[in-house]
Amino acid sequence: MKEINDSSVALVAEKARIMRRDIVTMLGEAGSGHTGGSLSAADIVACLYFWEMNIDPDKPRWEDRDRFVLSKGHAAPVLYAALAEKGFFPREELMGLRKLGSPLQGHPDRKKLAGVEASTGSLGQGISWSVGMGLAGKMDKKNFRVYALLGDGELQEGIVWEAAMAAAHYKLDNLVAFVDNNGLQIDGRVDEVMSPLPIPDKFRAFGWEVLEIDGHDCRQIMEALNQARTIKGKPTAVIARTIKGKGCSFMENRAEWHGTAPNKEQVEKALSELEA
Amino acid sequence: MEKQATREAYGKALVELGKVHDNIVVLDADLSKSTKTADFAREFPDRFINAGIAEQDMIGMASGLAAAGKVVFASSFAMFAVGRAFEQVRNSVAYAHLDVKVCATHAGITVGEDGGSHQSVEDIALMRSVPDMRVIVPADGVSTRKAVFKLYETEGPAYLRLGRPSVPVIYDENVDFEVGKGIELRNGKDATLIACGIMVDKALQAAKILEKNGINVAVVDMHTIKPIDKELIVKKARETGAILTLEEHSIIGGLGSAVCEVVAENYLVPVLRLGINDIFGQSGKPDELMEYYGLSVDHIVQKVHELLKKK
Repeated sequence: MKEINDSSVALVAEKARIMRRDIVTMLGEAGSGHTGGSLSAADIVACLYFWEMNIDPDKPRWEDRDRFVLSKGHAAPVLYAALAEKGFFPREELMGLRKLGSPLQGHPDRKKLAGVEASTGSLGQGISWSVGMGLAGKMDKKNFRVYALLGDGELQEGIVWEAAMAAAHYKLDNLVAFVDNNGLQIDGRVDEVMSPLPIPDKFRAFGWEVLEIDGHDCRQIMEALNQARTIKGKPTAVIARTIKGKGCSFMENRAEWHGTAPNKEQVEKALSELEA
Repeated sequence: MEKQATREAYGKALVELGKVHDNIVVLDADLSKSTKTADFAREFPDRFINAGIAEQDMIGMASGLAAAGKVVFASSFAMFAVGRAFEQVRNSVAYAHLDVKVCATHAGITVGEDGGSHQSVEDIALMRSVPDMRVIVPADGVSTRKAVFKLYETEGPAYLRLGRPSVPVIYDENVDFEVGKGIELRNGKDATLIACGIMVDKALQAAKILEKNGINVAVVDMHTIKPIDKELIVKKARETGAILTLEEHSIIGGLGSAVCEVVAENYLVPVLRLGINDIFGQSGKPDELMEYYGLSVDHIVQKVHELLKKK
């Protein structure tokens, strides 16, 4: 259990702000990519990388490290922003996003970039990897924890529920799955395209502990992470209500920002909104 | 003649390996009694994970385990390990370059009575098309065991295709089995039979019959379909001037295609492909099906006669 106080919350929130600026900037430079879902996940990912996880950028394959799997791999910019800020690679590399020869692929590639735990992007497969990592941890009696981040649209993939079944069956209390519940997917509202609702009930029915929080309130995210450590004998799902495009007023709650990058003018507007 | 199913040899090899290496983990999807991973499960229950009837998740979990340092053998029937979970194998295993060996049993039509829904005739083609994926189709129990050991020793993804029925033991323990190197089982000057899996023994039987008619064919066990042994194919094309490929798989995309690609680009000689002619299987006894779909020894003999007319 880690102490949560005003200064730790403020520190993580500041990291999230820096990450959002990096996300917007790298996507503007790339000219394509997934802006909305990267911004909605920034606070969760910041809490993991700058408060929760036991990781060392100098030893990216250290075997006792905690693992983060970005199952919603299209939100790669939020992962890259966290890794750069954490010191896994120089910040300048962010400008290579989606460009030929860059380790910053459109979707995360563990072969190319240190700190990326899982090659994801094909939705649903990351949570399945996370279950495998959790199983390995149990098998080897290691104390590392595994954190997965899923989109709410991603819950439409059948493999998510195969993995959810397996995680509970094997009592993986070393696994925490966040659902970035921003309510939007490419074709529109998640509940209109193919409703996965009610999400908490589904995870409960699959044998998970379920926590429901505001995914932009760092204190709540940190409290959920602390609480998850106390849950024994089952995995924890944190259903985080979020806003797609969070932090950039003109992007917020708009499905068209799922797979769109900002132009120069929009980058400037976004950065002005994301000033300290 | 001594017989053993390749899946039996697989199950035993896993146990042997498990006794020596504690980083091996075996996964199955509710078919462990059939795939023979149950042998490993009995011996090492803590290192066996049943995914339930969820092949996609089995492969995903295999990736997570491998990413955490395990060497993973994941098994189901070929139809499901390759067909159902194709994209997991492609993206979570091969694209991610992980140490996951997809070892599928009950490949081809010799599944028998279960019928066409369970008879995978496409799996070699699918696996061969995936970058970084090695594809191995052993002919007997001895070479299966060798293949399993080699796959453990060589890091990275691979597909091992195994069968349901008992097949004659061709090799003794001293056989030199190298991934990517075909084995010349018999010399001959008139044509070369290049076979894999269950068809290797049938090729040898056909060669004996042909010999009585004064036709001398070479026989190659091309157990590794990828990376294919180009050097040996070109050598046999030069030496014998005609090639017949034999596989219990569609003639599209498998061993026959792989051999044709090498011949077409390197040393042009007539090639005929014996395999499943772009159709689905059906229920029946394995031997009846092999006869019905044109994969019997008699069919091979006829096909060689046809081939020689093209020289």
